[in-house]
Amino acid sequence: MRTRARRKVPSRTRRMADVREADEAELQRLVAAEQQKAQFTAQVHHFMELCWDKCVEKPGNRLDSRTENCLSSCVDRFIDTTLAITSRFAQIVQKGGQ
Amino acid sequence: MEGGFGSDFAGSGGGKLDPGLIMEQVKVQIAVANAQELLQRMTDKCFRKCIGKPGGSLDNSEQKCIAMCMDRYMDAWNTVSRAYNSRLQRERANM
Repeated sequence: MRTRARRKVPSRTRRMADVREADEAELQRLVAAEQQKAQFTAQVHHFMELCWDKCVEKPGNRLDSRTENCLSSCVDRFIDTTLAITSRFAQIVQKGGQ
Repeated sequence: MEGGFGSDFAGSGGGKLDPGLIMEQVKVQIAVANAQELLQRMTDKCFRKCIGKPGGSLDNSEQKCIAMCMDRYMDAWNTVSRAYNSRLQRERANM
């Protein structure tokens, strides 16, 4: 006579807990994505703060190509500046430690 | 019977959280905050560009300047946004 092994069937309670966990994990992912987008936007506002003054003279009917190039370059040069400062500062700190 | 579940939000059957509904609210709040930030900075910049010696009221040229400044500010915003996005993609490609 064969004894059938009792298979453990997930209870309805456990299934609902899984759904809740999945929802929370999904929510975390979506929130993280929105946070990343918000960080990007905040950074753009910051660039505007600096680059508008540098690149835009008197507001006209449109942005001419010189102004557009200036704005693009401004973003790149600011990032380059950030990288340059970060790396040189690391050197300075390292030298100071010896 | 689960006692922990309160009101059942529309959407995911039985679950307490509805990611869709919550995210809609989150996105709206973020958009509102961004619009406020944009307006505040735009006002600042355009005041500086367009109003010289403050008079008794905004004259025609000042009003015209403000309108153009707003449009140019948003154009510039888009240009900067594109430039930043491109740079990020370039940096990611180099990693």
